[in-house]
Amino acid sequence: MSVAVAVAPPAREFDHNPSLSLDIRAVSHQFDLGGARLPVLSSINLNVAAGEFVALLGPSGCGKSTLLRLVAGLEAPTSGAILADGAPIDRPDPSRILVFQDPTLFPWATVEANVATGLEARRVLSSQRERVHEALALTELTAFAGAYPHQLSGGMAQRAALARALVNDPALLLLDEPLGKLDSLTRLTLQEELVKLWRRRGFTALLVTHDVEEALLLAGRVIVFSDRPARLKAEFKVDKDYPRHRDDPEIVALRREILGTLGLKT
Amino acid sequence: MSEGIRTLDARSAAGDSASLRGLWQAVWKQALVAAVTWAAAALATVAMPDVVPWGSAGLFAAITAGAAVLFVLLAFVVHRLGHVGERLVYYGPWFIAIGVWLALWELTTAKFGWLPKPFFSPPHGLLNVYVTDGPRILICIAYTLRLWGLGFLSGIAVGYGVGVALGWSKRFEYWGMPILKLIGPVPATAWIPVTFYFFPTTFAASIFIVALASGIPVAILTASGVASINKSYYDVGRVLGADNWYLIRKIAVPGSLPHVFVGLFMGLYYSFAVLVVAEMLGAKFGLGWYIQFQTAYSGYANVYATLLIMALLCSGVVRLLFSARDRLLNWQKGFIS
Repeated sequence: MSVAVAVAPPAREFDHNPSLSLDIRAVSHQFDLGGARLPVLSSINLNVAAGEFVALLGPSGCGKSTLLRLVAGLEAPTSGAILADGAPIDRPDPSRILVFQDPTLFPWATVEANVATGLEARRVLSSQRERVHEALALTELTAFAGAYPHQLSGGMAQRAALARALVNDPALLLLDEPLGKLDSLTRLTLQEELVKLWRRRGFTALLVTHDVEEALLLAGRVIVFSDRPARLKAEFKVDKDYPRHRDDPEIVALRREILGTLGLKT
Repeated sequence: MSEGIRTLDARSAAGDSASLRGLWQAVWKQALVAAVTWAAAALATVAMPDVVPWGSAGLFAAITAGAAVLFVLLAFVVHRLGHVGERLVYYGPWFIAIGVWLALWELTTAKFGWLPKPFFSPPHGLLNVYVTDGPRILICIAYTLRLWGLGFLSGIAVGYGVGVALGWSKRFEYWGMPILKLIGPVPATAWIPVTFYFFPTTFAASIFIVALASGIPVAILTASGVASINKSYYDVGRVLGADNWYLIRKIAVPGSLPHVFVGLFMGLYYSFAVLVVAEMLGAKFGLGWYIQFQTAYSGYANVYATLLIMALLCSGVVRLLFSARDRLLNWQKGFIS
C-alpha cells in the first residue's frame, strides 16, 4: 500500500504563501511567579521547513505549550529569537494561527460568527464571506452555522475551532493538543481530517501532543522534549505515506522507541 | 309507566348527566370563585353606607361587579382564548385572592371604620383620587418619567463606559477603582448640597442624583464583568488578528453582559429609590413631589393612589429590562437552565 495519493490542487488562489518556515534559535523562557523564577524552556533550537508537519512530544507541563505561545507571538521569549520566513516574530499574526486545547469558542456568538472572527477582525469579512461557508463545509458544520457553542458536542466544538483557524488560510498552524480532551473515536476521525486538511492546504503544522501514536500518525518528524525546563531530547523521522495505520510494524517500532525515550518500558 | 320507557328514560338521563359532567369539566372553576369574591366586594361597597363618605363608591362597585360578570363569561370561554387563556388560567388563584382582598379592604376601612380616615383609604377612595385628580396625576407621571428616563439612561451610559474602562485598562483601574469603592456606598442623596452648587438648575441636579444612583452599580459590575472574562478569549482574538478596539467591542462587551445586567437591575432599583427624594428639589410636578405635597395635607388616599402608580411603573420597567436581558443573553440559555 505505497501508492502515493495525488495531492489535490489548492481549492482557491492563496493571497500569500501557503506555508512558512520556522527558525527557533536558542530560545529560553521563564515565568515570573511572584518573585520566584520558573524556567520552562532551555535553549531550544529547532528548524521547521515550509510545509512540514512536526509533532512536539513531552511530559505534561514541560513547556511545549509555552513554545507554541511564543511562536504564535502571544509572548516574547526571555532570550533567543524565533523567525518566520526569516523575519522575527514579535506579535500575533493571522498567518500563524494557534488552536488551543479547549475550543475556546466565544459562547455569545454563533458557530458562523465564531468562524468569521478572523476575517471580521481584519475587516475583510464582507468581501470574503464565502470563505466562512467553505470552512464550515470543510469541517461539516454547515448545518450548525446558527448554533451557539453550548449546543455543540466536544468534537463539533473542536471542529468549529479548527474552522475558525483555517478560514484565515494560515501558513503555519499551531495545534496545542487540540484533540486531547475528545473521546477516542472522535479523536481518530479528527486525526484523519487533520492530515487531509494539511495535505490539501499545504500549510506548515506544529502539533503539541502527549499522545505518541497521534504524533506518529500525523507528523513527518517527532521531537521529544525533556521534563521542565524543556530541552530537545530526541528527534525521529517518520518516513511513511499517508494514510498511516496504527498497527503498521514501523509505526509500532517507532512508538516503542519513543516511549523508551520518554522513560517508559514496553 | 311501562318498564321499557323507564329504562329508556334512565339511559338518556345517564347520557345527559355524562355530557353535563363533560361540560362542567371544561368550565374554569376558579373563575367562578373569583366572580363570587369580586361580586362580594361590589356588594359590600353598595349595600353598606361609608362611615365617612369617600366618593366614587358606585363607580367602584360597577367596576368590581363588571369584573365578576367577566369572570363568569371567562369561565366558559377561556379555553378558546389560546395563549392568553392559558395565562389567565395560570393567574386564577390570584384573581380569587384579589377579590377577597378588595372585599376585606372595603369592610375594614369604609364600612366598619376599623382602619380610620385619614390614615387609611378604601379602594374606592383611591379610585376617587384618579377620578377627581386624574389630569394632575397624569402630568406628574410624565414629569417623573422624564426625570427618571434622563437620569437612568445617562447614568447607565456613563456607568457602563467607566466600567468597561476600569475592567480593561490597568491604569484606569488603579486610579478609578479606589475612588469608585469610596463613593459607591455613599447614598446618592447625600450629594444634594454639592449638586446644588454645581448644577445650574434643580432639574439638572435631580437628574444627576438619579444618574449617580443608577450609574455606580452599573460601573462596578461592568468592571468586574470585563475583568472576569476568560483570558484565553483575548488570546484567541489576538491570534486571529484582532486589534484592541475589536477585543473590546467583540469580546469584552458581549462577555461582560451577564454581569452588566445584574448592575442594571441594581441601578434600576436604586434609581427608583432616589427618584422621590430627587423630586423634592424644587420640583413643581412629579409623583414624588405629589406624594410630598399630599402628605403635608394628610391626603393619604392620594398618597396611596400615587404609590400604586409608582409600583406599576417600576414593575413595568423591570419587566422591560428582563425581556431585554432574555433577548440579549439567549446564548446563555444552556448555562442557566
